[in-house]
Amino acid sequence: MRGRAVVSSLAALAAIGALPAVCLAGESYGLGRTATPQEIAGWDIDISPDGAGLPPGRGDVAQGRVLYNDKCAACHGAKGEGKPMDQLAGGFGTVFDASGKRTVGSYWPYATTLFDFVRRAMPFNAPQSLTPDQVYAVSAYVLYLNGLVAEDAALDEKSLPKIEMPNRSHFVSAFTPASAEAARQQGDAKSTGSEEKPR
Amino acid sequence: MPDPRKPDLKSSQPHAPEGADYFDPAASASAQKITRRGLIGAGMGAAAIAIPIVSRADPTSDANLPPDIPQWQRAPGAPVLSPPYGLPSPHETKVVRRPRPGKPPPTDLAALSNTPLQDLTGIVTPNGLHYERHHSGVPNIDPEQHRLLIHGLVERPMIFTMDDLTRFPSVSRFHFLECSGNSSPTWTEPKPELNVQDTHGLLSCAEWTGVPLATILAETGISAQASWFLAEGADAAAMTRSIPMEKALDDAILAYAQNGEKLRPEQGYPLRLLLPGYEGNTSVKWLRRIKLGTAPFETREETSKYSMVMPDHTVRQFNFVMEAKSVITFPSGGHRLAAPGFYEISGLAWSGVGKVARVEVSTDAGTSWRDAVLQEPIMTKCLTRFRLPWRWEGSEAVIASRVTDSSGYVQPSREALLKLRDVRSYYHNNAIQSWRIASSGQVTNAG
Repeated sequence: MRGRAVVSSLAALAAIGALPAVCLAGESYGLGRTATPQEIAGWDIDISPDGAGLPPGRGDVAQGRVLYNDKCAACHGAKGEGKPMDQLAGGFGTVFDASGKRTVGSYWPYATTLFDFVRRAMPFNAPQSLTPDQVYAVSAYVLYLNGLVAEDAALDEKSLPKIEMPNRSHFVSAFTPASAEAARQQGDAKSTGSEEKPR
Repeated sequence: MPDPRKPDLKSSQPHAPEGADYFDPAASASAQKITRRGLIGAGMGAAAIAIPIVSRADPTSDANLPPDIPQWQRAPGAPVLSPPYGLPSPHETKVVRRPRPGKPPPTDLAALSNTPLQDLTGIVTPNGLHYERHHSGVPNIDPEQHRLLIHGLVERPMIFTMDDLTRFPSVSRFHFLECSGNSSPTWTEPKPELNVQDTHGLLSCAEWTGVPLATILAETGISAQASWFLAEGADAAAMTRSIPMEKALDDAILAYAQNGEKLRPEQGYPLRLLLPGYEGNTSVKWLRRIKLGTAPFETREETSKYSMVMPDHTVRQFNFVMEAKSVITFPSGGHRLAAPGFYEISGLAWSGVGKVARVEVSTDAGTSWRDAVLQEPIMTKCLTRFRLPWRWEGSEAVIASRVTDSSGYVQPSREALLKLRDVRSYYHNNAIQSWRIASSGQVTNAG
């Protein structure tokens, strides 16, 4: 399995001319070293939409309210109304207006993004200082401010990814893989594709 | 020193090229007084201060003009190493990055600064003038303790030091970087006071040196299922973007140098991702981690930000490629043509798809177009300087440029772009930019 995957990836690299001629397939420069599971665990903080990466933990709206008022409200407003920094709550139905309010509730397509961003970047003056339980709690409170969870709700690694964000269905990807793009052009030369996107 | 964080429209008037003088003569005159204190502030050493410093010539005096011997020729100048890391002439102190005019951001730790395109020549942006966009300040990273971790869907998760990375076979390539929020202030009605630094200054170009990401991924091996990777910064925002694997294997660079020297801290020292032709935000600075996966990670920077609200009520993500775009940098907003006569129109063109194939210039508000001369070498996903000789007759003129790239795509007019999408999309405004030259010679933004 491992051998086949390496060969296929090296073949792909060689096919596009990305490999220097001196490096033959299977040959290594011998630089760098294997990362240990402990090293990876400390830095592997991203969360995917399916919940992959969420740490074990639990936090509820009431705990989140205390944390939010202490660490978040000064920048984002007592109810997530924003000023001076981003508005976090409300704005439902305004996203497609010229000056729409793009809040966590009105705009963000995934609740996992909220956990991921709070965990890595907030609070602004002390990023990566919150415990997993605290991040669950703050996430729960921000979602509560948006009316997306009940006042007595608690979130954990199982329930957070299941929250349905109202604007999710509007999101589309503009990225077309080169292979799919080539097939599209071959299949329908008359197609203009997605508006003005250059290719 | 003026606070560079505070917009100062008067002092942002650009340095005048030959044959032109300033929009605002009062601001210009005050800037010509070079004081001893100003030189100390600019970093000149004590040795340099010992040399008699003369204020820039009083414009009403001809003491330094022929047939007289100029003051700076009557005694030796400054010694070598004054200072050891050279600085621009003290007569060029107005050529600096500046914030966007208008209301300042709530914090200058999550903010931007614009490159003074109106003052630059050729295609290379000096390192101290490269535009900035930070999300939680500029970290001070010890290169000895910086690590790049590559993991996820690889055969062997690996950690690299900077010494490791600089030992790999390297490449040096010229590429532009443009924030996809560049020109976002010009979606709406033209603001005459905006100059090209304000409208297009989130654009820079450098020679980037580093190791191809593909070379490093050959060391880790790539699982067959890997289709996207996450790039993460070591800044306080731990900024992240998801990138298709095909870009990693195409032309992505792990860059550690720009224009011959190590990256500047504000450009990602000691290591950044450099994705040629992609929106600037994806070229993650202070790169500490790459994780291979099967799908986008849906980070804040690709959902809440850098997504475009479209007229059909979709929200478009992953708008990676910077569309072909051009802009005239001389004459441009804030310049003033001193008198009718010869001027060389000059500007920049670029495309995230490939090379610039053609640039046309209109001097009659788009009624007719003439081909500009393209300065060689024309490089892929790189700025190209264009020029057109022109004689200004002294009457009002509206000048503009439009580029065609190697794919045949033609830069759209603002009207054409507005039929496809509008200010709601905010990002990726690549519309044609016009400048109005009044009969007085004053140049303003015409949208």
